[in-house]
Amino acid sequence: MRRELLLLAVLGVVAAMPVAAEAPAGATACAGCHAPAGRDLPVPTLSGRTPESIVADMQAFRSGSRPATVMDRIAKGFSDGETRAIANWLASKDHASAKP
Amino acid sequence: MRQPSRRTVLQGVAASGAVAALGAPPAIGQAQSRVVVIGGGFAGASCARALKQEDHNLAVTLVEPQTLYTACPFSNEVIAGLREIEAQQFTYDGVRRDGIEVVHQAATGVDHAARRVRLADGAEIEYARLVVAPGVDLRFDAIPGYSETAVEAMPHAWKAGGQTVLLRRQLAEMADGGTVVISSPPNPFRCPPGPYERASLIAHYLKLSKPKSKLIILDAKDQFSKQRLFQAAWQELYPGLIEWVSLSMGGRVTEVDPSTKTLITEFGNHEADVANVIPPQRAGAIAAMAGVADQTGWCPIDPVTFESKLQPGIHVIGDAAIGGAMPKSAFTANAQAKVCAAAVISLLRDRKPAEPKLINTCYSLVAPDYGISIAGVYRPKDGLLAEVEGAGGTSPLSAPASVRAAEAVYADSWFRTITGEVFA
Repeated sequence: MRRELLLLAVLGVVAAMPVAAEAPAGATACAGCHAPAGRDLPVPTLSGRTPESIVADMQAFRSGSRPATVMDRIAKGFSDGETRAIANWLASKDHASAKP
Repeated sequence: MRQPSRRTVLQGVAASGAVAALGAPPAIGQAQSRVVVIGGGFAGASCARALKQEDHNLAVTLVEPQTLYTACPFSNEVIAGLREIEAQQFTYDGVRRDGIEVVHQAATGVDHAARRVRLADGAEIEYARLVVAPGVDLRFDAIPGYSETAVEAMPHAWKAGGQTVLLRRQLAEMADGGTVVISSPPNPFRCPPGPYERASLIAHYLKLSKPKSKLIILDAKDQFSKQRLFQAAWQELYPGLIEWVSLSMGGRVTEVDPSTKTLITEFGNHEADVANVIPPQRAGAIAAMAGVADQTGWCPIDPVTFESKLQPGIHVIGDAAIGGAMPKSAFTANAQAKVCAAAVISLLRDRKPAEPKLINTCYSLVAPDYGISIAGVYRPKDGLLAEVEGAGGTSPLSAPASVRAAEAVYADSWFRTITGEVFA
């Protein structure tokens, strides 16, 4: 009985914690080059970006309208839908880390 | 295959949480809730951190004998005197701060039935799932004359650390007019463009400091990564300095004599003043001990979960894994580690792991301000990781100096970002 109560109590705490959504396909690889905010590096951070701006950039890399060194080659491996899912997830991570 | 049910996982989580709340030491051997990662390189340390980040209640143990990690990417700059070895070195303090238990012991075996990892000091750790990330072992049985003791006279410098510094010292001590010979191994091996980046940066050093010297690459292959880019850059930056001898031109080293620094091929002998022998490789020894390496010496894996095709419950990531089209790079190791961590957590929760996509980006320096890259996007296909068609490829063969300089800057940026993610 006591153990069950304890289990419920712990589960309650777990349930109350913000749970980050599962990363969509390809999303976790971005952090290999793009650092979190606050580090002054030549490769820009993706933190703080709106999903719309990331999707637009990826489209521009894919079409070649925006010159790039590697992102043109990488963007071609992702559809608009996949890019949108990644961009939304990156934004949701910003949101989660902004919470106290 | 034994998988813990959702209920036992949750009970495990609840139990360890409750014990922690009461101030007692955390329970050891909660098999349902502990993931053990063997190997603290780019693959293993990334995976341990990703596991802990995705599920803070999961107990994660990282087993790694070394207390200081020396990273291979950029170690060719150390050899060429462009960078100090300390810039390559990272502690596990950051990993520990995440709440990961770091055990500085060698893993000596795996008991599949009991789901336990044995350590060199005799201790055993129980796991719900095991991740094996041992990197590569150099095959000292592959080239007659080359051995653990020959590495002093003819360094491999293919695991960064003392060997890196030794090769640098030998180059610094070489007289002007000397011959440097690099022996490049057959596929597959760690860091496919690495031997050619090394040749480039050594040539850069020779051109500036010992301009009468030459460099010969004896290759066990007829093609190599970023070949056209490297060869065009050598022509432009180091004309006449680097000679590449392909397999069909007699490049395969069949024997070495460390006492005279001689490399023997079917076409003749090469006496070197500095000899860098990069031998053939296989997965780190624990992979074979754990039963996850096949007769090739590498580890076949499921491309969705990185679970071994030979041993259920054990996952293999990084250089040791048969990654299909994915090259053995630090970027690959890090990307695979994060996908594997997500899959491990899904499996522990009795959920179907999601179909992943992975990226590799790999920079090489031909000179300190001249970078080139190869990139690829990968997905599971026919049981392997295959390239997504129409994506990826190398830097353009023809590009202005500003693009090469930008890629050198991005290479450095990548190193700082990835080592931050893995170790900081």
